Amino acid sequence: MAAEAIGWWGVPLAIIGGTLRGSAPFLFVSLGECLTEKSGKINLGLEGTLLMGAMSAYGVSYLTQGTVGSAIAPWLGVLVAGIAGLGMGFIHAWLSQQPKVNDVAVGIAMIIFGSGLAFYLGKPFIQPSAPNLPAIGLADWSSMPQVRQAFQVNLLFVIGIAIAPLMSWFFKTTRWGLFIRAVGDSPEAALAMGISIRKVRMLCIMAGSFLAGIGGAYLSLYYPGSWSERISSGQGLMAVALVIFARWNPIQCLWASFLFGGAQAIAPALQAIGIDGGYYLFNASPYILTLLIMIFTCSPKRTITGAPGALGATN
Amino acid sequence: MLNTGTGRRTLEAICIPIAALLFSLVLFGVFCSLAGANPFAVYAAIYKAAFGSWFSFQNTLLRAAPLMLTSLCTALPARLGLVIIGNEGALVMGGIGAILVGLSSINQAPAIVTQFAMAIAAMTFGGLWIAAVGALRHYRAVNETISSLLMNYIAIAFLNQLVEGVMRDPTSLNKPSSYPIPDADRLGMIPFMPRVHYGLVYGIIACVIAYFLIQRTTFGFAARTAGGNVKAARIAGLPVGKLTMAICFLAGSCAGLAGMVEIAAVHGRANESLNANYGYAGILVAFVARHNPIAASIVAILLGGILASGSILQRQLNLPDATVYVFQGLVFLVVLYSESLYGRLKIFKEPEPSLPTGSTAQGV
Repeated sequence: MAAEAIGWWGVPLAIIGGTLRGSAPFLFVSLGECLTEKSGKINLGLEGTLLMGAMSAYGVSYLTQGTVGSAIAPWLGVLVAGIAGLGMGFIHAWLSQQPKVNDVAVGIAMIIFGSGLAFYLGKPFIQPSAPNLPAIGLADWSSMPQVRQAFQVNLLFVIGIAIAPLMSWFFKTTRWGLFIRAVGDSPEAALAMGISIRKVRMLCIMAGSFLAGIGGAYLSLYYPGSWSERISSGQGLMAVALVIFARWNPIQCLWASFLFGGAQAIAPALQAIGIDGGYYLFNASPYILTLLIMIFTCSPKRTITGAPGALGATN
Repeated sequence: MLNTGTGRRTLEAICIPIAALLFSLVLFGVFCSLAGANPFAVYAAIYKAAFGSWFSFQNTLLRAAPLMLTSLCTALPARLGLVIIGNEGALVMGGIGAILVGLSSINQAPAIVTQFAMAIAAMTFGGLWIAAVGALRHYRAVNETISSLLMNYIAIAFLNQLVEGVMRDPTSLNKPSSYPIPDADRLGMIPFMPRVHYGLVYGIIACVIAYFLIQRTTFGFAARTAGGNVKAARIAGLPVGKLTMAICFLAGSCAGLAGMVEIAAVHGRANESLNANYGYAGILVAFVARHNPIAASIVAILLGGILASGSILQRQLNLPDATVYVFQGLVFLVVLYSESLYGRLKIFKEPEPSLPTGSTAQGV
């Protein structure tokens, strides 16, 4: 009855709700990639990291619920997802800094390795249900259940939103932020300043992967809230493209993540009101959107403003 | 003329990838024993499933055929300095092209004509798909790795939309599929290999042609020059844009042909079985072969064998099917690490030339 009462209004409402639910993985991965690329390396493998994070978070939440209780278990899962991310980041950072090794190729290998490992270790966790992260209702005053449901957010998402300005401040004003920018823009200058390029990049890639792992935890522990092999549909990869669109600015990563979260919600929103003619094509809309954005923001004539100078350079 | 210098170079180029493969086998063994399986039982099972008998070797060749074709989709653009991983998408688009032709009224013609038309359509579809990636790269400077990977998802969505919608055979209930192509138009088996279809011949021919094109023609030389140094190529007056588009078209058409082979020889119809990971495994084949088409055909057979052993590992040793992906990932990482070893190992170093540099061609 209530579902029919709002009719077509259900579409924008579902898209807003979908944005609030679905943006967080984009946000975490894009912030992680932003940090990584600021130091002058690309990590295409965050898709694999995302899957490892999702699997380990779900597994830990499921296995520890008995000992630490189902309120703490998911947060323990989030922590372990971050640690799994650190591990994946370490492999990427070490390998991509070897001489003559191409960081893009390492990223592809890490996608295959990370997803393979996550599927392998995650086999036992496909069936059981683990305690999920709690939701915070922003619109509990509303009488309409759809509105209440749409305006539910997760604490992790709020943390992600807080990280964006924090990271921006970090790059602009702190000493460490300056080091990272120096390493990414002009490694020679960084060397002259006495900074270890290798260490800075190692730390940036690992911290970036930590964030991507947490993005994965959000997927399996909040939305969609279960572990399966199809849980990530390329969010990790799109987030990498999103950083180019956001011009390596953490605040703009935030807006771009909202845009992508919203695009992802279009197909389910239309399906919910009975339009499922082009379901698969609408489902592809985030990919098409990413591609269009890249076509419009890139140009062969100039390098994009904000791009770290040493990005894509060989070792 | 071969001298000891290039001999050592060749030896290095053969030994390092083999050592990398062996080392990743060792790492995989460690992984298996951590998972509670006896690594030697795993090796034995892989060997038996892949190369143990004529029957299983044919099974391996069956899987190697599409891998040879999809690996060219990464290997050819790599000579131009592009990292393209749209193999899966091009394969799917090729499959769509093949099924469109295979279901059209052209299938009244003799089988050989229909198959030829299907192959041409598949190559055109796949070729244009990757040529678009090349065009975006050249005219808009869009990162080709990301765009080609995104286009994989788009191609798969397109396929799903077609087989769930306009092309759907109403009798396919659980797995939405297109109508089947007539049995007469399906690719036959190679004589004396009752389980292997002609796709293998396509794959080998494509690899040989690609090798000669890249290594022995001016076109290939121009492409390698542009891959080595784009600025120098532009100054030399090479049409870098046209080269990019041509190489990308050829690359995509190889992967597209793999889609046709899968449709015309294996499935007989288009459905989601078309994305059976041949595209992603093809990337690995190209990197292990260091983008050499002839080497790719050999690596494809090795890797095809490992893929063929996946179900045996699952049945006999109770290892999940994802084990094969873990192994692929390990191989990929180790092979990338091995790139850093070229020129660093003493045994492969050319002996210090005692003669003036001009006369090194005469050897030592």
